[in-house]
Amino acid sequence: MSDVLPAIGQVLLLVAALAAAVPLLGRHLAHLYTSPRHLRVESAAYRVLRVDPDADQHWRTYTASLLGFSMVSVLALFGLGRLQQHLPLSLGFAPLPSDGAWNTAVSFVTNTNWQWYSGEVTVGHLMQMSGLSVQNFVSAAVGMAAAAAFARGLARSQRDGRVGNFWSDLVRGVLRVLLPGAVVSALLLVALGAIQNLTGTSPVRTLTGGTQQVTGGPVASQEAIKQLGTNGGGFYNVNSAHPFENPTPLSNLLEIFLMLVIPFAMAWAFGLIVRDRRQGIAVLSVMALLLGVSIALLTWSEMAGPGTAPHAAGAAMEGKEVRYGEAGSALFGAVTTGTSTGAVNSMHDSLTAPGGGVAMFNMMLGEIAPGGTGSGLYGMLMLAVVTVFLCGLMVGRTPEYLGKKIGQREIVLVALYVLTTPILVLTGAAIALTASDGLAGLQESGPHGLSEALYAVTSASNNNGSAFGGLTSGTPFWNTLLGVLMLVGRFLPMIFVLALAGRFASQRQLPPSAGTLPTHRPLFVALLSGVALVVVGLTYVPVLALGPIVESLS
Amino acid sequence: MKDLHTLFRTSLAGLRVLVLMTLVLGIAYPLAITGIAQATMPWQADGSLVTADGAHTTDRDEAVGSALIGQVVDDERLFQPRPSAAGDGYDMLGTYGSNLGPTSPELVAAIEERKAEVAEREGVDPADVPADAVTASASGLDPHISRAYAALQVPRVARLTGLEEDEVRALVEEHTDGRTLGVLGEPHVNVLTLDAAVLAALG
Repeated sequence: MSDVLPAIGQVLLLVAALAAAVPLLGRHLAHLYTSPRHLRVESAAYRVLRVDPDADQHWRTYTASLLGFSMVSVLALFGLGRLQQHLPLSLGFAPLPSDGAWNTAVSFVTNTNWQWYSGEVTVGHLMQMSGLSVQNFVSAAVGMAAAAAFARGLARSQRDGRVGNFWSDLVRGVLRVLLPGAVVSALLLVALGAIQNLTGTSPVRTLTGGTQQVTGGPVASQEAIKQLGTNGGGFYNVNSAHPFENPTPLSNLLEIFLMLVIPFAMAWAFGLIVRDRRQGIAVLSVMALLLGVSIALLTWSEMAGPGTAPHAAGAAMEGKEVRYGEAGSALFGAVTTGTSTGAVNSMHDSLTAPGGGVAMFNMMLGEIAPGGTGSGLYGMLMLAVVTVFLCGLMVGRTPEYLGKKIGQREIVLVALYVLTTPILVLTGAAIALTASDGLAGLQESGPHGLSEALYAVTSASNNNGSAFGGLTSGTPFWNTLLGVLMLVGRFLPMIFVLALAGRFASQRQLPPSAGTLPTHRPLFVALLSGVALVVVGLTYVPVLALGPIVESLS
Repeated sequence: MKDLHTLFRTSLAGLRVLVLMTLVLGIAYPLAITGIAQATMPWQADGSLVTADGAHTTDRDEAVGSALIGQVVDDERLFQPRPSAAGDGYDMLGTYGSNLGPTSPELVAAIEERKAEVAEREGVDPADVPADAVTASASGLDPHISRAYAALQVPRVARLTGLEEDEVRALVEEHTDGRTLGVLGEPHVNVLTLDAAVLAALG
C-alpha cells in the first residue's frame, strides 16, 4: 500500500502541472498558427531565405514544401553521418556505414529517433548537435505544421484548397515554441545534473583504484528538445535511463511533462482554431482517457511483477533504475509510447509481459494518446472523422464534422490513412519473421522473440523509436527495413491528412442542423475512444495474441 | 510534371531554410546553453564529479568518479552496487541494460546465482535479498541501491571495517535521499558517496 500512494501522487503532480500549462500554451499555439503578423526577426529571415511567408498555399504546394524540406533534411543528415570523421568534435569516430547512415537520417527526420547505434561510441558531438538536434527541432515543427494546416482546413470555408503557409508554420513553431521551451528546460536539466560540455572521454581513477572512462558532451541541450519535440533519440545508448540524461526523480517528472505538454496543447489550440473550444476539450479528453488507462495498466503490471524473472528477484527491477522505481519507470514508459517519443528510462524488453504489451498497444493506437507534436492531433482527428462517419451510417444521414460533409472522397482519404500503418506493421513483421537476416537479430526465442520483432516494426511504422533493446538491429537488413517503414509511415499518412485538409478548406461550412451529431459531448468522447480501441483491436489482436498475450498467460 | 517542378523549387527553399536552422539550432543554441551552463553551474555541467573526501570538483584528475554514476567497488569491506550489464560492469562506453525478458530462463538463472552470492557474502537467507541486489539496472550505471539492500550490507561493512554498526547506519542515512516531494521515485542510497564516507571514517 505504501508504494501505491506515491504512484498515484506522481500522476496527480503531473496532471496539475499540465492543467496549468496546457491552456496557456494552447492559446499561444492557436495564435501563432492563425495570426498574419510576423516577428521582426522572422521577416528578416524570410527575406534572407527568399521565401514568401504570406502566400496562402494550396494543399499541394504546402505538401510539396513539407516534403521538399524533409527530403533535403534526409540527404543532409545522411551526408553528415558519412562524413563525420572529417568534422571537428567528431571524437575520432569512423563514418557511419551506409545502411546505418540511411536509417539514422530517416529516423531523425521522421521524428522517430530509432537508434541502431550506441551514441557514446558512434556519433561525435558535432553530428549530435548540428545534425540530430536540429532535426529534433524541425521534425517536431513539421508535425505541428501539418496538424495546424488540418485544423485551418476545417475552420475555413470555400477557400479553394488553400491551407496556409508551410514556411511560416515551420519557422514559428521552432522560434516561438520549441526554441524557448528547449532553452528553459535545458537549463533546468543542467541544474538537476544533466551534463553540458564539449569534452571527450577521459579516465578517472575510481575510489577503489580502478579506472572508469567518463564521457562528456552537450547532453542537456539535446535532451530538452528530444523530450519537448517528442523525438526520443538519446545522446547515449541507454537514453533517459542514463544519469547524465535524466539524473533525478524530479528530472524524470520534468522529462515526462515535456513529452506531454505540446501534444495536449495542440488539442487545446485546435478548439480555438475552429472557434469552438469545446471541440478541443473533447479531443483532449479522449487523449487523456486513453493515456490514463494505459498508465494505470502499465503501473499496475510493473508493480505487481508477473513473470518468472520478477518472481525470482522479488520485483520487476531488471532494466529499471532505483531512483525512479517501478512507478516512475512505468509512468515514463506509458507516456513515451502514448506520445511518439520513444525515449526510455527503463529497458522495455525487460518490462513484464502485460507491461510490454501495453507499450506496444499504445503505439498501435497510432500514437494518438496524446501522440506526437502535431501527429497526435491529426491522428485523433482522422479517427474523429471515422467516428462521425460510422454514426452517420447508423442513422442514415450524410455525416459531417464541424460543418464539413464527409463524402466519398473524404472517407477514402481517411480510410487510406487508417490502413497505411497497420499494413506497414504487419507486412514488416511478416518480412522480418520469415527472413533469416531478420530472425538473426532476435535475442530471445518463443513469444518474447516475436514481441521483439513486432515491437521494432510497430515502433518504426508509428515513428515512436523505442525498442525491445535485445534486438540486434544494426544490421543492413534491419536498418534498411526499418528505414523504409519509418519513411513511409511518416509521410504517406501526412499526405492523406493534407489532402483532406485541402478538401475541407474548399467546402462550404454548413450550419449545424437537428440531425448533426454533436462532437463535443461526453457521448462523442466515449464513441471516439471506442472507435480507436476497436480499430486497433481488430487489426492487431491476432499478432498480439502470439506475442505478449501468450507470454502473459504462460 | 508540374508537381515535380514544385517539389524541386521547394527543395531548394528547404535547403536554404535547413542551413539557417542548422546555424541557429545546431550551433548557436547548444553553444549558448554550454556557455551559460559552464558559467553558472560548472559542477553539474561537467558531470557532478566528487573527490575522495566527498568535495565537488570539475577536474577529472582529482575526481574519484561522478556522484551520478555508479562504479565497480573492488573492496569487499565496502557497500556493493547493483549488478551491471554495461560492458564488464559500469562501463560508460558500453551503457546497456540486459534487455532480458520477464520469462527469460537465462535471466532467472542469473538472478538465482546472484541471490546465492549476495546471501553468502552478507550471511543472510537468500529470501531476504532485495530485488535491486539481483537485477541489472537500465543504464548499467545505476549509482544507487535501495534502503533494503544498504541495510542488508551494514553488518558486513561494520564487521570488516571495524566501525560500529550504528555509525555505519548513520552514514547510510546521510547518503540516502527519500522520495522527491514525497511522491517521486523511490528512496535511494548513493553507493559512491557512501563508500567514500566509510573510507573517510576509517581515516
